[in-house]
Amino acid sequence: MIPIAYYIALSAILFTIGTLGVLIRRNAIVVFMSIELMLNAANLLFVAFSRMFEVLDGQIFVFFVMAVAAAEVAVGLALIVAVFRSKKSIDIDDVSSMKG
Amino acid sequence: MDANLIVFFVLGAVAVLTALGMLLNKNAVYSALFLIMNFATVAVFYLVLGAPFIAMTQITVYAGAIMVLFLFVIMLLGAEELKKTKRLSWQAPSAIILALVLAGEAFFVIFAGDLGLTEIATQIESGFASPSAIGSELFRNYFLPFQITAVLLLAAMVGAIVIARRNKRTRGGDLK
Repeated sequence: MIPIAYYIALSAILFTIGTLGVLIRRNAIVVFMSIELMLNAANLLFVAFSRMFEVLDGQIFVFFVMAVAAAEVAVGLALIVAVFRSKKSIDIDDVSSMKG
Repeated sequence: MDANLIVFFVLGAVAVLTALGMLLNKNAVYSALFLIMNFATVAVFYLVLGAPFIAMTQITVYAGAIMVLFLFVIMLLGAEELKKTKRLSWQAPSAIILALVLAGEAFFVIFAGDLGLTEIATQIESGFASPSAIGSELFRNYFLPFQITAVLLLAAMVGAIVIARRNKRTRGGDLK
């Protein structure tokens, strides 16, 4: 018997690490990986609650989140490749010259 | 101590340590490998929680497809490590403080507040979340979102090709 609060706490820790990665890393690819980590923390909680209430809808939502994450990664990595072509760098500080 | 709790804490420690390894490693390739380990650990969590289909999807889609795409792009761009710069030196300490505040708030709400939560039952009826149950739920109650997902993936595929395609007029901006 595991209290559901433990799963929420684990998910909160993983989400916080993901947030920290977005805030302090300057490599655009690592920032993207941190976003994936945050999505995964949310997915873990979906599955835990799906198990607790014994309804399947949570797992269906995880399925859709995975599909959206796959689409997001494909477009995001294409954007990073395009930025690298013009800037010769994927440091997100270098992209600040895009501001108007 | 309950065996389920031991499994939870061991897996949780692995998940948190691999996430920290992803965060702290300077080399993006090692970060990606740590993240694959983290996804595999979360997949084991899904198995423990009685969601075998989601666990397998996690392995194939996340650890398989998405992270291979990440590693491919990292190696394609040759951008494993960045040059050191001095810009925004106050950013990291303030980000760490804000993240600690976020985690503290979350823990306060979870453990000090009364969310009316219960424990997860060890026993569960057989056939719950089996692939066939997921399939019938998906195609009966979530058929329209499923179709929209197909369109979304098609749009993402076309978008990725268009964005990453080499522009004929700026051929000078080649990869090295």
